[in-house]
Amino acid sequence: MRKSCLDMVYELAKTDSRVVFIGSDLGPETLKQFKKDFPERFFMEGISEANIVGLASGLAMEGKIPYINTITTFLMRRACEQVILDMCLHNVNVRLLGSGGGLVYAPLGPTHLAIEDMAIARAIPNLTILAPCDAEEMKRLMAQTVDYQGPIYVRIAKGGDPVVSSPQLDCKIGQPVLVRPAGEALVITTGITLKLGLDAADQLATGSGMKVGVLHVHTLKPLDTKLIQEVMAPVRTIITIEEHTLIGGLGSAIAEIIAEAGYNPAKKFKRIGIPDVFPKEYGSQASQMKSFSITTDNLVSILNEKVGA
Amino acid sequence: MRLALKNEPNILDERSLKLRRTVVKMLEAANRGHLASAFSLIEILRVLYDDILKFNPNEPRWIQRDRCILSKGHGCLALYAVLQDKGFFPESELWRLCKTNGILGGHPEFGKVPGVEASTGSLGHGLAIGIGFALRARIDKLAYRTWVTVGDGECNEGSIWEGALCAGKHKLENLTVVVDYNKYMSYGPTHVVQDLEPFLEKWKSFGFAAVDVDGHNVNDLKKVFAQIPIVKDRPSVVICHTIKGKGVSFTENNLQWHHKTTITPEEVNSLITELGG
Repeated sequence: MRKSCLDMVYELAKTDSRVVFIGSDLGPETLKQFKKDFPERFFMEGISEANIVGLASGLAMEGKIPYINTITTFLMRRACEQVILDMCLHNVNVRLLGSGGGLVYAPLGPTHLAIEDMAIARAIPNLTILAPCDAEEMKRLMAQTVDYQGPIYVRIAKGGDPVVSSPQLDCKIGQPVLVRPAGEALVITTGITLKLGLDAADQLATGSGMKVGVLHVHTLKPLDTKLIQEVMAPVRTIITIEEHTLIGGLGSAIAEIIAEAGYNPAKKFKRIGIPDVFPKEYGSQASQMKSFSITTDNLVSILNEKVGA
Repeated sequence: MRLALKNEPNILDERSLKLRRTVVKMLEAANRGHLASAFSLIEILRVLYDDILKFNPNEPRWIQRDRCILSKGHGCLALYAVLQDKGFFPESELWRLCKTNGILGGHPEFGKVPGVEASTGSLGHGLAIGIGFALRARIDKLAYRTWVTVGDGECNEGSIWEGALCAGKHKLENLTVVVDYNKYMSYGPTHVVQDLEPFLEKWKSFGFAAVDVDGHNVNDLKKVFAQIPIVKDRPSVVICHTIKGKGVSFTENNLQWHHKTTITPEEVNSLITELGG
């Protein structure tokens, strides 16, 4: 997914001279062709994220469209004030491409885990948050970033994630994708959890025959509240699943919509995500997701319990 | 270097006194503000806008203009006084400082105040933004120059030194950092809170061409600024030795005047009187 994302930066740079790339201290092969073709627009500025976000904002204030790539924690945590003030207060077209969104860097420990990035980003005015489910959706969303007004944070997953998005479905920044129509229940996903939602829906359809809808929210902000309300309205059971702390992410956003919509009868609602802890183990992204029950099995189990109740 | 400027009152000319009186009147109107931090800046900004910068107040976003960022945003009363004097906005705005219906706040905001190039106030942000401006000029082969004025206390911030490394690496000849080295922070003397010395040498070691100057001597400032870039293919830094609260006997080097949240009519009278008003 990171490769597709950076390949797209090069493609965009070929057709739009406003596109600039800025890295911190990335691998030696990063965007080699970009550097060769557009050396004046390629920057590798060292481990200095505050400066990078600031200078990118300066470039954007001057009409450029800088794409910054580094590990996401160093952007959303280390350079948080620069993201808020330099980028978002000035409301300029900087694109943060954050590698390792979620539990991707599990083997590297808690310093590298981006499990609160979307909560931070959601609280920042003007910032658009994209969390694609796979490399193909990444390409489709990235293609729209060049002419999109305002700052964007793109959460990049591990890479090699199975492709589950469909080119047949509309993919537009700010518009959730109803991948499966709502039935007895609705699963709402973001990022790579779309696959978990689809797998759970498939399992239940072929097993008990339960009809489970899947709504994929690749744009966590701005959130299309109206569309989400319409999709949720006829459904009694709603489950959110995310690779993120339960505080402030997708589940919180949907809970806010449900709470304010005042549905009658009340929805049966459950959030699946990371509890309010620093993960203690290493292992892999998959093993940590399992330990936090961010799994298809848990989704199926909760759906059975809620729908049957 | 710390003691290079003696604490002796320079003879301030009428223009310098008038700009300071404007600052006092703004502070009176808002009943708050960073007075001493603005007084140390007056001559720096005055010389930049009177003699050095290219700009057009009727077209604040003119592409060829020089970009001037006040990174020590709390010194904005001085900037507002100078920008208004140059015609960027009407005088009536000065007296709406910090009011709900005004465009001028306790820190300057881009997009609200014509002539303000970046929103600053949280320290340590202006240099990186200025580097972005300077890099854009290089990419697009534009001749404008970028000036970033920072405070000495601001140079405690790591982001300033990240920016200094970056500007040095890129040999940004079109970028100048101006330091208002007034030797005082909020808590006390800069050398006590967080010593910056050897300050000039620090900037040099980061790849800057560096000079220092009496930051209240208009002629010296003109001469130094007119010689920028000091060295080809290097960013410049001008360390301006200034006096916090410069111009009034009881505000100079007086921590009580770093930031005021109230000001009495008697204080206003005393200030204006000393400033020749």
